Amino acid sequence: MKKLALSRLTLSRLALACLALALSFALALPASAEPLKVVASFSILGDMVRNVAGSNADVTVLVGPDGDAHSFEPGPADASALADADLLVMNGLGFEPWMVRLAAASGTKAKYVTASFGINPRRLSEEEKHAHDHDDEDHDHDHKGHDEDGYPEAAHDFDPHAWQNLRNGIVYVQNIAGALAEKDPDNALVYQANAESYITELKKLDGWVRGELAKVPQEKRKVITTHDAFGYFGDAYRIEFISALGVASMAEPSAEALARLVDRIRQEKIRALFLENMSDPRMMETIARETGAEDGGTLYSDALSKPDGAAPTYVAIFRHNVPVLIAAMQKN
Amino acid sequence: MIYDMAIAPFVDYGFMRRALVACFALALGGGPIGTFLVLRRMSLMGDAMSHAILPGAAIGFLIAGLSLWTMSIGGLVAGLAVAFLAGLISRVTALREDASLAGFYLISLALGVLIVSTQGSNIDLLHVLFGTILSVTDDALILVASIATLSIVTLALIYRPLVIECFDPAFLRATTGGGTVWHFIFLVLVVVNLVAGFQALGTLMALGLMMLPAAAARFWAGAVWSLAALSTVLAFLSGFAGLLLSYNFNLPSGPSIILTAGLVYVASILLGTRDSVRTRYFPRAHFHD
Repeated sequence: MKKLALSRLTLSRLALACLALALSFALALPASAEPLKVVASFSILGDMVRNVAGSNADVTVLVGPDGDAHSFEPGPADASALADADLLVMNGLGFEPWMVRLAAASGTKAKYVTASFGINPRRLSEEEKHAHDHDDEDHDHDHKGHDEDGYPEAAHDFDPHAWQNLRNGIVYVQNIAGALAEKDPDNALVYQANAESYITELKKLDGWVRGELAKVPQEKRKVITTHDAFGYFGDAYRIEFISALGVASMAEPSAEALARLVDRIRQEKIRALFLENMSDPRMMETIARETGAEDGGTLYSDALSKPDGAAPTYVAIFRHNVPVLIAAMQKN
Repeated sequence: MIYDMAIAPFVDYGFMRRALVACFALALGGGPIGTFLVLRRMSLMGDAMSHAILPGAAIGFLIAGLSLWTMSIGGLVAGLAVAFLAGLISRVTALREDASLAGFYLISLALGVLIVSTQGSNIDLLHVLFGTILSVTDDALILVASIATLSIVTLALIYRPLVIECFDPAFLRATTGGGTVWHFIFLVLVVVNLVAGFQALGTLMALGLMMLPAAAARFWAGAVWSLAALSTVLAFLSGFAGLLLSYNFNLPSGPSIILTAGLVYVASILLGTRDSVRTRYFPRAHFHD
């Protein structure tokens, strides 16, 4: 009997404690219980946001794995994702010209963050710009959006693929962490800590990339790709990327351009040839047949692979690309 | 100088030779087919059929990627299905063939775009729809050449009834009991040739190489055989000149070829020896001296 009374007492105490606990949760966590809704323009930014935010954000990616942001056609589902979003993460530098228009059309009140803000942008050469102008006629309409990012007006003077230099990638992560902390100050410390450990990882990766590439003599560091996505990579890690098609992946080449490329490959005896994860393989087959160059495999540039693929994260892109590049350049 | 501009590119680069051979094969098949399309007042029907091919090619692409054979077979099946359905509907209902064809090809086109855009995220639609003649593969060359051979042989076999059906369908019906068979064989040839062109130039461009020379030939020749021969020659010359323009002036090759054919067409309208602007409005003054 006594025993029973005691246990009843403990039970009611326990219940009271539970109630108090539940109350304290309900009172203390209304802001952070609901994860932030973040929309990233393409898969690589999405991966960075996930690394920084952890479980505190629901990340939606507009141009998914293996997608091409240059020729992306937004659908209504994309507009509604933007409308509900708390934060929009975009690359800037003219990479996703449709993003500003789409955001305006969706009527979103979300805050923008331009991940490439503060990096040292790479100017496109006249030739590269020409190739770019071919198919993005509507770039002019988007200048206003980029002005707000703080870049000089003509956004398409610059190469947008800045994440291909890991030191720029670190700037991206800092920008994303800053924007997340501002939007969700309660978890600012979490974001900062996640960003710091992620940046440490990226720095280590940067060192590894440099160390690995140092094994290839400078005169062999020449590679042909289908699309100029590796300008920053080439500048940072001193590899000459020769493009088969110009910046945009859609331009139809002229016979002259193709002939000039073939001449150059024959003259410089380049053997390293790369398809991208989203380009027309037939053109590369033609070049390979014409010059005897070999298909070196797949490099990931503008998009992650699917989760079961070779490059499902930003870090994995470099882990995949570097050994593949080295193996191909050794044959030059 | 002329050697450097007109011959050297073909000697130095395999892709220029392949492109030229592809143009030749397309001209051989497309010239006569285009001529019959013009004679049968079905010029726009080629356009409809080229769109009708899309969903089949798209499904082929989804199954096996940029595989020549699956895309060709898919395109062939879709094109034939649309052609036969349209023909069937016009024969069993009151709807005329052009209207039922328009209905089916529009459905087919929308279906093609739907399949391509919902299924693959990594598909650059333009690469599927616009082949580039500079990257014609061995397999594609063989396919295009086989199709050219097939069309010429078939046309030779059905030449008489087809010509009679163009000019006097009532006579053909009276003597052989209907031109439907010849009409369908001809439709199959149209679809097959468009599939061939689709591999090399993309559907829309391939149609240009078929129709423009045939329409241009109309201003120079009178007999069916000479129309067909002339449009083949004009198509080949357009391909040759277009490739050289692309090479010497740094222009994309597909549009260069079609625009060259377009230039030939406009020049023929103005200067041709038969029913052209020149002969109708500026007849030579016979009565001088």
